[in-house]
Parts: sequence; structure tokens; C-alpha cells
Amino acid sequence: MLDTIVAPATPPGEGGVGIIRLSGPQAVDFLGAVFRGKVNVNTMESHKLYLGRLLTPNEERVDNVLAVIMRSPRSYTGEDVVEVHCHGGLQILRSVLDLFLNVGARMAGPGEFTQRAFLNGRLDLAQAEAVIEVIRARSERASRVALDQLDGHLSSEIYKFSAQLKQSLALLEAHIDFPDDEVGTLDLPHLLAPLQQISLQLEVLAGSFDVGRVLREGVNVLILGRPNVGKSSLMNAILGESRAIVNELAGTTRDTLEEQLVLAGFPVRLVDAAGVRDTDDPVEQEGVRRAREKATAADLVLMVVDGSCPLTDQDMLALELCQPDRTLVVVNKSDQAQSCELKLLAGFPCQVAVSAKYKLGLDDLSAAILEFFESDIISSGSEGVVVTERRHREALLLAGAALKQLMVSATELAPLECLATDLREALSALGLITGETTPDEILDQIFSQFCVGK
Amino acid sequence: MVEGYKVIVVGAGHAGCEAALAVARMGCRALLLTLNLDAVAQMSCNPAIGGLAKGHLVREIDALGGEMARNIDATGIQFRVLNTKKGPAVRASRAQADRDLYRARMKRVIEDQSGLDLKQAQVVSLVVEGGRVVGVETRDGLRFMAPAVILTTGTFMRGLIHVGLCHYPGGRAGEPPSEGLTDQLRTLGFSVGRLKTGTPPRLDAATIDFSKLEEQPGDLCPKPFSADTLSIDRPQVACHITYTNERTHEVIRQGLDRSPLYSGIIEGVGPRYCPSIEDKVVRFPEKDHHQVFLEPEGLTSGEVYPNGVSTSLPVDVQLAYLRTMKGLERVEIMRPGYAIEYDYVDPIQLLPSLETKLLRGLYHAGQINGTSGYEEAAGQGLLAGINAALQVKKRKPVVIGRDQAYLGVLIDDLVSLGAKEPYRMFTSRAEYRLLLREDNADQRLSPLGREVGLLTDERWQGFTSKLSNLERGKHCLQTKRISPGNYNALARLGLQNLKNGASLEELLRRPEIGIGDLDFLDVELTSFSQEVRSELETEVKYAGYIRRQREQVERFRRLESMEIPVDFDYDAINGFSAEVREKLKRVVPRTIGQAGRIPGVTPAAIAILTVFLRR
Repeated sequence: MLDTIVAPATPPGEGGVGIIRLSGPQAVDFLGAVFRGKVNVNTMESHKLYLGRLLTPNEERVDNVLAVIMRSPRSYTGEDVVEVHCHGGLQILRSVLDLFLNVGARMAGPGEFTQRAFLNGRLDLAQAEAVIEVIRARSERASRVALDQLDGHLSSEIYKFSAQLKQSLALLEAHIDFPDDEVGTLDLPHLLAPLQQISLQLEVLAGSFDVGRVLREGVNVLILGRPNVGKSSLMNAILGESRAIVNELAGTTRDTLEEQLVLAGFPVRLVDAAGVRDTDDPVEQEGVRRAREKATAADLVLMVVDGSCPLTDQDMLALELCQPDRTLVVVNKSDQAQSCELKLLAGFPCQVAVSAKYKLGLDDLSAAILEFFESDIISSGSEGVVVTERRHREALLLAGAALKQLMVSATELAPLECLATDLREALSALGLITGETTPDEILDQIFSQFCVGK
Repeated sequence: MVEGYKVIVVGAGHAGCEAALAVARMGCRALLLTLNLDAVAQMSCNPAIGGLAKGHLVREIDALGGEMARNIDATGIQFRVLNTKKGPAVRASRAQADRDLYRARMKRVIEDQSGLDLKQAQVVSLVVEGGRVVGVETRDGLRFMAPAVILTTGTFMRGLIHVGLCHYPGGRAGEPPSEGLTDQLRTLGFSVGRLKTGTPPRLDAATIDFSKLEEQPGDLCPKPFSADTLSIDRPQVACHITYTNERTHEVIRQGLDRSPLYSGIIEGVGPRYCPSIEDKVVRFPEKDHHQVFLEPEGLTSGEVYPNGVSTSLPVDVQLAYLRTMKGLERVEIMRPGYAIEYDYVDPIQLLPSLETKLLRGLYHAGQINGTSGYEEAAGQGLLAGINAALQVKKRKPVVIGRDQAYLGVLIDDLVSLGAKEPYRMFTSRAEYRLLLREDNADQRLSPLGREVGLLTDERWQGFTSKLSNLERGKHCLQTKRISPGNYNALARLGLQNLKNGASLEELLRRPEIGIGDLDFLDVELTSFSQEVRSELETEVKYAGYIRRQREQVERFRRLESMEIPVDFDYDAINGFSAEVREKLKRVVPRTIGQAGRIPGVTPAAIAILTVFLRR
């Protein structure tokens, strides 16, 4: 019985539509668990798009989506395939992916969809070669990303865990394969203690994925503020090119605009929100509503105020949307006389003065943004070690789960070979990152530590 | 020139005997050649069969229709189940054998087997024609012809015995080596290496003071290895335990300058899991004693085998260190211990059928493949015999999977990884260990044994009736329930209360309840044999783990089912690194799964290989 795999089918951070793809015998069941539409998933026709909502287990809406089922064997992989077309954007794709992982799908390995397509005879040679080329090209590009160093830290951390697991497994296997007079009596609590520790650390490390994601996929930085404080000018200044429409008339920027850029190695997605103010204009209201939503979802809000005039009610309204620890107040128009009452902003410790128009203070702004993310990474508690690959996070979670199972089984006095099965599973999960552990390696450890054999 | 044989087996050790018997029992006329008719199925080292992981192998040999299990059942003098405090998957049977009886019975079985000739002769070369073996030539100039030959040469090829700084050619103590064969194999293109193993001195029982020593008796109810054996009725004898001490270690250290191992005379690689006593003392100086089992060599023999002190030190040092041990103060050595170096042929040159890739019709089994152990040898011999006979009958070879048997793990390891030191089976080598138990060896392999024609009708009936009993037992456990109101039963089981009642299966899942505790709830349970009952219990108690392993096996099988043609052209693929290409060409993996187990073959290479296989 094969498991059901899931992965985004569209690259992260691009396009207005994102596609999550599932393949495997439970693909339709998993869709049924999270999808609510007019038609029950079991009666959905193959290869036809259906509108519906994706809901969390608590019935909270994640997104409005189009779902399509491609039933076996008429699908890319030859298995039941489900595609969910949701709104683009990292946050949503991530949430949708999490939904499916939570109901039991497994994160697909690189090229796994193609591999399955092959196994089921759904791809001819030319197609398959092309796909493998693409996978190879993409991973080569990815390997050049300037995050190698952090990845190095990660793998050295995981090697440490892996070494401890190997050591424990060797001890366990020694007691299975050799009599007590050669290897001594097994002190099980002593064997379990470090594993318990590791199972916790694995969880922390898996949790750092959200920080790592910042590095891999980029962060959402939202530019927020009342109309006419210079948000679009600021965005252009940061981008160094004229992208957003800048106009003296309040409320020109009707919708949010997005730009991708790299700030000292960090990928950043810069979003310019519609000016926040109460207005009767229905278009504007919609823009304001979206700005509120974006402020909640953003990793960092650049809250822009006009330093040349006192704070207005509209400024205060915008400030209310911001969480102080995720907000950088940008006091614009530093080229003009300052009359802003900064003491009203005392709740926001991070402030930078700039002039978007004359491109003054932009270096300070970049530095402040960087500092924010760096402190975020350091505060993740993993000493700068972060997980940047979702596949790695899955591996860590799998390993952690196997260790937890081991603890449970140990308390139920399961025999050693069952505990060894759990430990092997944990090791092989970490092996997705560090490479497989062969039985010979374990035997090597036993022979180097114990005087065994007659 | 002698013709008319279908398969010739060279060597009548544990591998050779199984091979020859299997061939003849499958209806192909077989010839078994040995250097010495008085040493058929000789136990060159310790007088015991089975042990951890090895007991599993013996049960598998029995399930396939081999002879080893029946032979030890008939000649064993002490039976024990090891690892009883550990789980059911790693419990293993072991038996002390009467060395003479073991040998004599196996020789008798071979002599009585129709279609099988046993002859004494030294084979000096293979007769090769057109890329395949067609016979063998003996030192006396005789030629025996057959379309298939199985080499089971043990430690005899260019055997060199070391005792202290003396060394002399020999295949085993007191027996000459076999010369010539490896030179020819080398000329034919085989890569030949050198391994080393050792054995302890044999002691005179009359000079041992057993009254001072701890006794180790066998199990009260000896459990046979073979499904054909109803019970073991022979009286059992005890082993004894003594220990080395600081003085022993001191004597050994003093003698190291005359050790061939530590003076660099021995070039062959020895087994790490079977270290000599000098090795133990040097490598683990912090251990102040080592256990030594004194095993009787037989009911009538006066020799004792001291398990744990194999050595190649000079005889005077051997005697000196032995006499430092309790009970051995006045011991006499009857045969000195020694190390032996011998030629082996790297098994990476074999197909999983154990046929060589270089020479069609030639099979290798046992120590020639770099393994050690009677059980490992016998298992390979059996499989080589089966496959040689199948080839003669123009049928497809049998390949046993890693998910099916320890024998499958053993052979897959040999042909995928090769051997660089003597290979011994351990349970930790098996990925699917929870499924490879002694108790279900027949379920795993008997259908195969039956298909190739090695299981008798009677045996097959016994097997199918076990299967139906297991089914019946499972049904019992699943359907029979205990109601929440059955306070009497609850009290007997030590349970407080059950909200919705429970099936017997659910009750059995509880760690504190065994199948015996449920007998009063369903008499049918008591009608099953002990074997069936314990298997039922195991399958229920570890259901979760067993299910997980079955899922792993499913994934494994998908990759195993993708076959790679033998003539696949690895040079035609650009995507491989030079290293990967070289490794794949050397091993010539049979399936994608096997390719993935070759060290150095990357997942990316496997992906590329998968793609090109569709071509």
C-alpha cells in the first residue's frame, strides 16, 4: 500500500494562483476532509473543476478554492490525483499544505510525482527525461542560494542527533544480538534519557522552519499608513525604480502592489497597501479591509507616518492595525521641518527617519529591517540553526514521532526489537537529510565498543 | 571421462551436503566430491548448531526442505532457546551436537539418497567450454562431466595453518589443503582474496575439574529445529562455565611476540565478531575477565571445546593461559588451537542465484563466498543446489528477498556489498526483523520449498494444517467476546471493568495478559499446539509493529519488482558519475531496489536509472 503525497505544484512566491497537488490512494479522502463545496467529493466527476472552501478542523476558512480530482489511471501519476487551485501567495499555499499534512498526507520528495508516474507507466521517456532535467536544474540553482552556511549548521546539528541515535541503536542491537555476559545488562532508562532529549530538540528544530521559511521563501513586508504619507514613494525608493503610481491626490493607490527584492541576502516581498482611512468610497473600503488583513498576515509592517505634520486620527487608526513587536515605524519626510509628536509612538520601539523623496536614511531602514529578521532568527532558540526546507521539517517531525512512539512502547515494556524498530525509523527519517545508516555502521559501533563473540 | 551427472558439488561440508541433497531430491543426478570421506559434514569449529540469527537460518533451511535441522535434532545433546527474555522475533534456538554422530548421520543420509554419488577425490581444476563450466578434473586425472558445478571449498583453497610462528599448508587440522583451483579461478578472471579464521584448543575432559565450575544445563523441554521432528528424547548433557582472569591476560600479553596475528605474519582479514582471545585482551584491556563455555564434543568423545578462547598463540602459551583458569589448573590440550588463512572469491561476482557472473553453470556457496558459520554455509548450499537443479531443468532461478528470510538478507548482502571480512548473520542485518521469526519460517518459505519439489506430501499436509489452525485461532480471538457484566472473568483476568466488553484479541493486546490466561474463556484455544498458540499471541501483541513492518515491506517490494536486464548498458547513460557507473557495472544489480543498496549509488542515480529502464 502506497502512501499519499502532497506538494505545491507551482513555484513559491509567484503568480496569482497557487496549486497544491496530491497523489495516492487517499488523495480523494484527504480532499474530502478539508473541502466543502456544493458537491460531495465522492460524487465529483473526474477532471472537472469544483468551487468550494477549504476549512481547518475547527471549521475556519482557509481559502476559497477550485478543486479537481483526476481519478486513476487517467492522471499524471496514474494514481488518484487531486489538485487544489488556491490564491497565490506564500501564506495561503503554506496553510493549504499544512491542512493536507495534518490529515495524513506526506510531503513528497523531489521528483516523487514523476517517479510514481514512471512506476505506473504514465510518462514516456522524453517527458520523463525532461522532468528530471528540470528537477536537477532547479536543485542546482537552489544549491547556489546564499543560505548554504545556515544549511551547513543545520546538517551538523542533525548529524549530532544522528550520531546519538546510532550510538543508542548500537547499544540496543548489541543487547539483542549478543548475550548479557558479553555486553553487560542493559540500563534502559539510561539509554532512553538522551533520546527523550533529542525528541524535544527535534521539535524545536522543526519549529524553526517558520524562521527558515523567512530565509528560503522570503518575508512579507507590508507598507502601511494613512493616505499621502508617501508609502508609494517609499516603496519606489526601496526598489530604486518607479513601480507604484505616485500621485499627490489622496487615495490614488487603490490596490496593493507587490515587489520581490533581495535585501542583504534576505528575500523580501514588499507590499504596498491601500491608504488606511475611513471613507465612503466602496472601492477604498475594500482596499482598507484588505490592508487590515495583510497587516495581520505580514511578517513585518513598515508603518509610515509623515514627520512634517502632527499625527492624525487616520494615523492612529493605521497604528491600531499594527503589533508593536512586528512593526517598524518609518517617519517620512525627514527633509522637512519635523512637527510629529513622537511621544505618541512610544509603544513602538523601532523607528527610523527617512526621506523617500530625497532617498535619505534608506540605509538605516535596510539595517533596521535586517536587524529585525536577524533577531527573529536568533530568538528562535536554535542558536542560529534553522530549517529552511519543508522536506527537512517533515523529516524532523517524522523522526520526533518515531522517538515518541519509542518512549510510549518502552513504558509498555515492549521488547527490545520493537524499540529498535522505532529507533531505526527515527534514524532513517534523519537519513533523508544526512544519508542512510547501514546495518554495517551499527555493527561497526558494536564491535568497537563491546568485546563480543566467541 | 565420467558422464551422466547433472550437477557436481565440490566439497562435502555443510554447504556441499545441502547442495548435493537438494539437487538429488529435485530429481537431478548429483555427484558429491570430498577430499576426505571421513570428514563429511565435519564441524571444524564449535560443536553447536544455531544461536542468535543462526537458529533462524536453520529453521529457514528446514522450511525449504534442507537437512540441517533434522540432522541436529537427531544428533543434538543439549537444546536451548536463547533470548527468552527478549521479544519473540529475536528468540533463537541453539543446540550442542555430538560431533561424531552429526557427521555420521549426514554421511548416512547422503549415502542413502538415491541419485546421489559420494566420492573421495581432490578437484584441481574446472573444465570450461565456451564460457560455461562443463565438469571438473581431479588430481588423479579423472574428468567428471556435468552442466553445473557448485564449489563449496570451505577453508581448503590454499589453506595455511598458523600455530605461533609456525605455519604449514592445511585445509583443517590434520588435513591437506586444496591447491590449484584458485589459480585457475584467477586466470578465468575471478577476483580472489584472503580471509582468516581461528579455533580454540580442544581439551581433555578427564583433566578438567568440573566440580569447581558453574553448570549450564539445557532447556527442560528441548524444542526441535525441524517440523519433521516430533520430540527430542535423548538425555541432555550440561555445559560448564569458567572465566579468564588477570593472570590469564598477563600470560597472553607475554606471549604476544610469538603471535602470528601481532607479528604481521597473517595477512588475511579475520572476523571482528569472533575475535581470538589475544585480540580480546589487546583491544579491551579494561575487561578483567572473559567468559569461557566448556562444551562437550559428544556423548562418547573425551574432548571439550572451550568456547571463547580461539587462538593462534604457540602451544606452550595456549597451555599456560588455559591453566590459569578455574577448573583448568591441570588441563591437557588434545589438539592445539590454530588460525587458518584461506582463499575466498569475492561474492560481488555472483548473481542472487549464487551462479557466478563470469562462468555460466558455476555456483559458489559457503566460506568460498566469504561467510563464516555452518548455518550460513548450509543455507547458501541449499539455495545453490536448488538453482543449479533448476538451471539443468531449464527453469527460472529462485531468488529469496530480504523481506522473506535471513537467507535472503545474507545473499543480497553478499552479492550487493561483497565481503571484506568473514560475514556472519546478525538479526540487526535484517530490516524486517519483526517479520522474520523462527516461528513463521515455514509460512515464509515452505510454499517455495514445495514448488521446487523439496517438501514431501506429509510435510506439506502438516504445514497446511498449521495454517488452518492459525486461521481458526485468529477467528476465535476476534469473534469471542467477554461482556462487561462477566465480573467473574474480569476478576480472574485482574481487570477492573470494561465499558463495552472486549474481544479476546483486545484482551490479549494488554501487556499483562498472555494467551494462557484466556484459555478459560474459550476451550478451542487449548486445542492448538504450543507453536500455534505462541504465534497467535505474537501476531496480536505486536500487531502495530508488525503492520508497520509490512508497510515498509510493501514499499521495498515496489522497488524490488523493477527489474534491470542483465545486459543493461550503463555506459550508454550520460547522467552517471564515473564512480556510480563503475559500481553499477561491478555489481550488475538485478533490481532498482538492489541498485539502491549499493554503497555510493546516489538517489539521483537511481532516478536516472529508473527513467532509462523504460527505454
